[in-house]
Amino acid sequence: MHFDELIGHLGQHTVDGLSKGAIYALIALGYTLVYGVLRLINFAHSEVFMVGTFAVLGLWTAFGVKNNPPIGQAVLFLVLGLIAAAIASGGTALAIERIAYRPLRRKNAPPLIFLITAIGISLVLVEVFGLLLPDVAGGALPTLFGRARQIVGMPTIIQQETLLQIGNTAITNIQLIVFVSAVVMMALLDWFINRTRYGRGVRAVAQNPETAALMGVNQERVIMLIFMLGGIMAGAAALLWSMRFGFTQNSIGFVLGLKAFTAAVLGGIGNLRGALVGGLFLGIVEVYGATLFASNWEDVIAFVVLIVVLMFRPTGLLGESLGRARA
Amino acid sequence: MIDKIRSADRRRVSMLTSVGDRFRALPKWQQAAAIVALVAFLYYLPLLGIPGLTWLRTDSIAGGNNWAGVLFVCAIYVLVAIGLNVVVGLAGLLDLGYIGFFAIGAYSVALFGSVNSPVVKWIQQEFDLPPTWAVTWAVCLLLSIVLTLISGVLLGWPTLRLRGDYLAIVTLGFGEIIRIVARNATGLTNGPQGISAIPGPEGPPSGDNKVFGLIDAKPWYWLAITMVLLMVFLVRRLEHSRVGRAWLAVREDEDAAAVMGVYPFKAKLWAFAIGAALGGLSGFLFGSRNAFIDPTQFNANLSILFVAMVVVGGSGNMIGVSLGAVLLAYLPERFREVADYRWLAFGLAMVLVMILRPQGLIPSRRRARELKDRAAAAEEAPAHV
Repeated sequence: MHFDELIGHLGQHTVDGLSKGAIYALIALGYTLVYGVLRLINFAHSEVFMVGTFAVLGLWTAFGVKNNPPIGQAVLFLVLGLIAAAIASGGTALAIERIAYRPLRRKNAPPLIFLITAIGISLVLVEVFGLLLPDVAGGALPTLFGRARQIVGMPTIIQQETLLQIGNTAITNIQLIVFVSAVVMMALLDWFINRTRYGRGVRAVAQNPETAALMGVNQERVIMLIFMLGGIMAGAAALLWSMRFGFTQNSIGFVLGLKAFTAAVLGGIGNLRGALVGGLFLGIVEVYGATLFASNWEDVIAFVVLIVVLMFRPTGLLGESLGRARA
Repeated sequence: MIDKIRSADRRRVSMLTSVGDRFRALPKWQQAAAIVALVAFLYYLPLLGIPGLTWLRTDSIAGGNNWAGVLFVCAIYVLVAIGLNVVVGLAGLLDLGYIGFFAIGAYSVALFGSVNSPVVKWIQQEFDLPPTWAVTWAVCLLLSIVLTLISGVLLGWPTLRLRGDYLAIVTLGFGEIIRIVARNATGLTNGPQGISAIPGPEGPPSGDNKVFGLIDAKPWYWLAITMVLLMVFLVRRLEHSRVGRAWLAVREDEDAAAVMGVYPFKAKLWAFAIGAALGGLSGFLFGSRNAFIDPTQFNANLSILFVAMVVVGGSGNMIGVSLGAVLLAYLPERFREVADYRWLAFGLAMVLVMILRPQGLIPSRRRARELKDRAAAAEEAPAHV
């Protein structure tokens, strides 16, 4: 137990945790949106994120991005990366809905069947990106997807440097970009769901599907919309991840997805603002825990938090459901 | 095309069910004779030499054929499938952390039975025992069952009150926790180095062992198949007992079951604990045959493989899940050339089975009817699409 270390650098650990939690929060939105409308845990959402990171990698490789490009180019590549990741992730999420979930919804299958299908889809995606693409496409597109199941490095787009120094707390430019862009993306989503016509449709279906259908809301379209929105958020998370950590692998989705799901449950699954609160909270708890014990216990901390939350407050910190906050 | 496949599939299932019906219509003595013949065949299996089927390459024996070794793995997976079937198929709880129990079973024989484990070394020091002392294999067997039973109850107690899909995620986390603890708690489990010299029925692995050696897998297979048959018998008895009926009732409609006087939490906890113990038993056999375990052997993918065995085979039906287990253990070994793609194939199989026939290859009748009812209800209420 390293209490001195934790207390001495509390500010630093909080900053680290916030920038980590921002990525969890963006992914958590995907779980929360789908859960809020369909009461379904989209287990394959972690792979939607993974596909996004590969889209960023593919784009940067195709453009031949070098380490530390000039600032104008860096911004351009980040914007292009965001677009590529959003298209890839949103498309993957839509495809998952279309291929896996829609036939099951037609048959009114029990929730467990949805979950098992989602696990299958996620396994397929992991293997396609870990094995099939490097093996089959790797010859034609050299180094685009790296070697089978290996970690693939990405170029450094922005050199990490300290931007602000408050006492012994240093905030780097990357941490700031990650945090601010995550919050902006979420504010946009929140505005979309709460203020626009489409958002009203989403809330209506979340509240009561049958009545919404009677009022002329096209349920299928709403479902496609939420999968796409969740995918776009995961794409944004994928870009931020690529910028901050500079690598990807076919299996990065698994643990990250579990943590994002924990974040969603922690904040109250189905609740958009809850996802933000839950993600940031989980990020901070994880960094504190890793400091207190040792960094190789980090994953255990997240799972223990999940179990404890589900035991004592299964509706999360802010309470469940996209619908209840609606009125 | 799809219609053709569907109708062929329907014919196949009706053939299977009619075989089942005809078997049940036989006189008692003929049924008994058929079962005895099947059991004899299972014991004879490792000596069988059908070219093609039993031709399995192996790297552990030079130019050798590892048919018996693969059979042993199949038998262990069947044991896992039977245990997981109690949890998933009968009680309807999706457990994605089954590998956790498997690992606890394997680690309990390693920690208490091997002279190289930190636990045994500590006991030797505390009680002034000779450095060759370790807990006997048979006692380890009991220990591993008891420990996994307890861990099943410990995990189930807080989590079984949760809704089904939350439970799935929590159990997934549990499996990961077990693996990470095994990796990080170096003082207890030797961490990533693993534990060697795990004993078999004849004691620690050595060249002097007459029956349960490292090379010949046949005795191990016979041991495993004996356990499998014993457990099939026990689980079958449980299935038709009061608690078995409670499982089915809770799976189909928890509220209705509660109204009828079944306490759902208790039934689920039983299912969880019994399933855990069976997982522990198979982990025990695995560890003791392998003689060496380390945390990398228990990753989360295996939990998903286990679930795939159950759902592809036909959850709720013991013959179905055993078939699923044998297929998923045997096929990657037989087709080693493409074994790299096995996870891809498992994933595809899971998706296709769930979409096209969620009741599995050899369905449990009751479960098939349940799914049909739900589909019919969906057609009556199109607004629910």
